[in-house]
Amino acid sequence: MMNLSDEPAIRARGLRVIRGSRQVLDGLDFDVPRGQITGLLGPSGCGKSTLMRAVVGTQAKVTGDLTVFGEPAGSAPLRSRIGYVTQAASVYRDLTARQNLEYFAAILGIPRKEARTQVEQALADVDLTDHAEALTANLSGGQLSRVSLAVALLGAPELLVLDEPTVGLDPVLRRDLWNLFHRIASEREAAILVSSHVMDEAERCHRLLLMRSGRIIADDDPDALRVRMGTATVEEAFLKIVDAEKAAEIEKGSAVQ
Amino acid sequence: MNATRTLATTARVLRQLRHDPRSIAMMLFVPAVMLVLLYWVFDGKEQQFNSTGASLLGIFPLITMFLVTSIATLRERTSGTLERLLAMPLGKADFIAGYALAFAILAIVQAALATGLAVWALDMSVAGSPWLLLVVALLDALLGTALGLFVSAFATSEFQAVQFMPLVVLPQLLLCGLFAARDTMQPVLEAISNVLPMSYAVDAMNEVLRHTDVTGTFIRDCAIVAGVALLVLALGAATLRRRTA
Repeated sequence: MMNLSDEPAIRARGLRVIRGSRQVLDGLDFDVPRGQITGLLGPSGCGKSTLMRAVVGTQAKVTGDLTVFGEPAGSAPLRSRIGYVTQAASVYRDLTARQNLEYFAAILGIPRKEARTQVEQALADVDLTDHAEALTANLSGGQLSRVSLAVALLGAPELLVLDEPTVGLDPVLRRDLWNLFHRIASEREAAILVSSHVMDEAERCHRLLLMRSGRIIADDDPDALRVRMGTATVEEAFLKIVDAEKAAEIEKGSAVQ
Repeated sequence: MNATRTLATTARVLRQLRHDPRSIAMMLFVPAVMLVLLYWVFDGKEQQFNSTGASLLGIFPLITMFLVTSIATLRERTSGTLERLLAMPLGKADFIAGYALAFAILAIVQAALATGLAVWALDMSVAGSPWLLLVVALLDALLGTALGLFVSAFATSEFQAVQFMPLVVLPQLLLCGLFAARDTMQPVLEAISNVLPMSYAVDAMNEVLRHTDVTGTFIRDCAIVAGVALLVLALGAATLRRRTA
């Protein structure tokens, strides 16, 4: 019998998403394991956010097989097990950081006493304890996105889906947040799916999914990827794969003609 | 439905408003100021002030709650907070009931101020109990909340959302009997006014104004306003989609 913890957090087979008349995700197969950080990298507009929305169950017109912890993505029992951060900070601007967290904690069904400690912990995790009582409308862009991240940390989710959580943050904060992600992954055995279009963040992930125009063009760990492509950085590896693909497409195009 | 989540949502909406005292002041005091203005306009014409004033007591909560709800839910949709909430274990009914309750509380305070002012300071003579005026005002607020929630699904910007106010509210205002008695209208217009909920809200106010007892017409009017409000709330719930393109 398969051990439950061997089962991946996310399992996708033939995942397709149509938006309007456009195929945004084109038959993806991938697994996201527990206890690891999986980086989703690719240029903006390649379908990263759509993939994440499909995983959390907010994307319409998803076909194919997509399960989270063995349940169909978006099903009700999963809603308290996933922490989700959208690209734009989705918090109430006319509430303080603490009031935002208190409200979302109540929605997650965290008991009051417990909620208080969790809110404090989440504020500390994103280094916003000093700004807890400030109206979020008055916070800087980076602080605002950290409030949004703190919301996703509530309730100790087993899966964190983070859509470009470190955009616009200074290097010190970025390092601290990545340390936090690593701590969450190792201590809680949580799965983390994090997207970025900044390739240097790829080096901090356990595993990488490289995406380009709705398809996954590489699924590997950073070291293996660099070795396989014979490059010094993930960025160079990515560019090499893209160039090879483009060349193949041109060749195919001329063969048809 | 989950009481904790509904009440948490109500508390959150009220907390948001508390950070915006100017909006609260306008919601609570503009109706009162308008009534004073009306009192001066109908200087000495007690009969006219009575019926127009009573009608306005039913119309204010509808307009106010329509505006605040349509903007508030539009903000939820565009800021991503609605998407976040619906990815969490929040029922749509909890969301809607949370909003309805928060705005109902505001509507009660608003209507109490306006009614109190009209009855005690401006000598509006009401045959029935002023409490019944409050009941109608509350139902109207619920109707306004329901309509606001529903139209917010069709607005993609705050500009569009406020434009729905004249579209949805003005025809009702023109045909509700405030400007011309409904039974004197051209039959087509009368038929239209018969299917618009505000007609019944204004009618209910006038019933309280003229009759000392709770009349059958009053109960029918209240039932219609409440029924339409619940129907529109259900339609509004259908526009809250967990999955969007």
